[in-house]
Amino acid sequence: MEASAIEKGQLEGEGHEFLVFRLGAEEYGIDILSVQEIRGYEGVTRIANAPSFIKGVTNLRGVIVPIVDLRLKFALGNADYTAQTVVIVLNIGHRVVGVVVDGVSDVLALTGEQIKPAPEFGSTLSTHYLMGLGSLDDRMLILVDIEKLMTSEEMALIDKAA
Amino acid sequence: MSIDITEFYQTFFEEAEELLSDMEQQLLQIDPSDPDSEQLNAIFRAAHSIKGGAGTFGFTVLQETTHLFENLLDKARHHELTLDPTIIDIFLETKDMLSDQLNAYRQQTEPDSATYERICNTLKALAEEKGQGEGAAATTTAQTAAAGPAASGAMVIRIAGVAADNATSLAEELALFGTVLEQQHANDVLTVQLETATGEDDIRAVLCFVVDDDQITFESAAAAPSESAVVAPAAEEAEQKALEKDDATPPPAVDAAAVPAEPAKAAAPAAKKAASAASSENASLRVSIEKIDQIINLVGELVITQSMLEQGTADFDPVTHGSLLSGMNQLQRNARDLQEAVMSIRMMPMDVVFNRFPRLVRDLAGKLGKQVELETVGKSTELDKGLIERIVDPLTHLVRNSLDHGIETPDRRLAAGKPAAGRLTLSASHQGGNILIEISDDGAGLNRDRILGKARENGLAVSDAMSDDDVWQLIFAPGFSTAEQVTDLSGRGVGMDVVKRNIAQMGGHVDILSRPGQGTTTRIVLPLTLAILDGMSVRVGEEVYILPLGAIKESMQVKPEDISTVTGSDRVLHVRGEYLPLVELYRVFDIPEAQQDVTKGIVMIVQSEGRSFALQVDQLIGQHQVVVKNLETNYRRVPGISAATILGDGSVALILDIPALSRAPQDREGSHTGNHRSAATLH
Repeated sequence: MEASAIEKGQLEGEGHEFLVFRLGAEEYGIDILSVQEIRGYEGVTRIANAPSFIKGVTNLRGVIVPIVDLRLKFALGNADYTAQTVVIVLNIGHRVVGVVVDGVSDVLALTGEQIKPAPEFGSTLSTHYLMGLGSLDDRMLILVDIEKLMTSEEMALIDKAA
Repeated sequence: MSIDITEFYQTFFEEAEELLSDMEQQLLQIDPSDPDSEQLNAIFRAAHSIKGGAGTFGFTVLQETTHLFENLLDKARHHELTLDPTIIDIFLETKDMLSDQLNAYRQQTEPDSATYERICNTLKALAEEKGQGEGAAATTTAQTAAAGPAASGAMVIRIAGVAADNATSLAEELALFGTVLEQQHANDVLTVQLETATGEDDIRAVLCFVVDDDQITFESAAAAPSESAVVAPAAEEAEQKALEKDDATPPPAVDAAAVPAEPAKAAAPAAKKAASAASSENASLRVSIEKIDQIINLVGELVITQSMLEQGTADFDPVTHGSLLSGMNQLQRNARDLQEAVMSIRMMPMDVVFNRFPRLVRDLAGKLGKQVELETVGKSTELDKGLIERIVDPLTHLVRNSLDHGIETPDRRLAAGKPAAGRLTLSASHQGGNILIEISDDGAGLNRDRILGKARENGLAVSDAMSDDDVWQLIFAPGFSTAEQVTDLSGRGVGMDVVKRNIAQMGGHVDILSRPGQGTTTRIVLPLTLAILDGMSVRVGEEVYILPLGAIKESMQVKPEDISTVTGSDRVLHVRGEYLPLVELYRVFDIPEAQQDVTKGIVMIVQSEGRSFALQVDQLIGQHQVVVKNLETNYRRVPGISAATILGDGSVALILDIPALSRAPQDREGSHTGNHRSAATLH
């Protein structure tokens, strides 16, 4: 899948590249540049009294990294943890955070015209955190401004003062 | 210019800073009535090297100030200028000016010209007044001009290992010293015949920022009058002496050169100069703290990997896997040694902190009209760099307090039958896994009545029956000051509580011992490092937590009759006549599948901020040294947790924040920011 991504990226010339992952039946895309690595879900230590979607912290080569389950945050899919469960490790503004998703499917490049503005939805995922909706053939990608989302107060990952 | 000279700025700034701090040390030690010529020479050379460097890099203001300063110093060491305390004061002020100028250049701004002119005028006036008619020479703005009558001489300078494109710019640099008669460049050797009044040392001092000392050789040009009466016969003499000393007792002299901060050894400055920049480079290496922290991190990882391997191979049959197991043993030893060695890189001697006090004490004592002798003990005691930086402010505050409130004026001291000069001792020593820092004075001591009076005024609950120790602790209360009047030094009551808080943040504590009329001793106890913690791991349900070992007083199994309830829900534990609040960790952290029956678990008696409480856990696992990892780097502060660490199996364990746990339960509930689960913890 990576080969196709590179090809597409070259074909499109400019335009953003997105890492596409699944949450339940929906496909989401985040800016590939904020992705540090993809790894399995293991050895997470629970943090007391944290919101339920914060699974805890894990040891990523000596760095303590919090793990967030977006399936729980957006109430999508079954939040079960198997050997196939995938964690996308993000690097956002000098902070490292891991995100649990149902699966990583693709890396796609989208041009400006393929990105449509997002309509107003309900409250689970405010449009505030959306970059838009990407359309590629008959697929719809929900493009999330992952940096804005992860640093937001509702994710409770960062001290308010910080 | 093909050499980018800005590359060397940093080196120059760092070296110049060291030279200035050396200079200050020397100035403080010098006895004006009988100056030691070695010390004067050392100060002169420091000024001289800075001047040389400043000239090279075009820091004109710095260069000219050092030039004037150097002229005076030169006279002083030739006994043309008689030193007195006022002159030393001016010299110290000049040194401060030089530091300011250096900082200005470091921030790429021009130094303040007003102060520059003021100090120049002071120095010039001093030169005219004390020197014999040579003041005029001081006004020259000539680049690196030599002091005194210039006897020009020609010399041949060879610089080895110079690439062709650098040769021209080096030659240009040399041309600043005088007239280049001839220059040639062959086989990477640049040969310049130079007619100059500048001495070899000066040229060396300038070039040493660009090329290594051993790359340069000097020869007197045959025809010319050999090099300069100017460059200080004294300096050469001193060097000669140093060399002789070197010959006589080589090892100590070399040691002295390696420790530039030991100016007391007479041979040191001279030997240092003789060994020049080369030795200081060999003796130490400047490495950024991030690099060291990275190494510490990686070594921590290595140790964890090693213990994972060890666990993995624990069940192997020693007969069939003998060599693997002995290899594992060796790996374990090596990994531990490596970790210790790496941690020691972060350690710095207390010298770094103590060195700033002679000046502070001298200035303050002068201002207050007191006489104070400062003594420092245990300068080589090592402490983590992070702690060294944070201990400076509290120590400065305590020293100021001692001078301001502790030590009395000379007449009062004489009246009390004490010597006129007060004594202030700073000492540092190791005590187990801690470092003990003491600030003691032989002053008036704390005034119990006045502290109690002031405490009542401030509305603190006190009684006359309080023990002395408890009374002394009162001065750490916020806004507390017993000074009869507020001075600009201390007495505003903003100090001691901050001191105490800072030290508590470093994981240490402060005690005061005081006897009326005999003085006060403040003792600070600090852990050696913040990076490693001695901890006890405990299990609650399926989770493992680390308790700082220092907080644990004892652990015990309790009987049902020792537990009583207060208002139905809060429980207290009765231990040897004391009732301690019982904190159930499974309840605080909402841990599933934990042992809820206190009599079947273990209770740890822990202490923090003077309060004890009982902490209920399921099981003790063992004692470890753990590497402390900040949880806030990537996450946020978690109530009840101070940091995290990585266990031998690679999993993360959280370190308990004992002071936070000791606070009242309602506080803890209030501080929960994640409200999704806190309902379960309410009782």
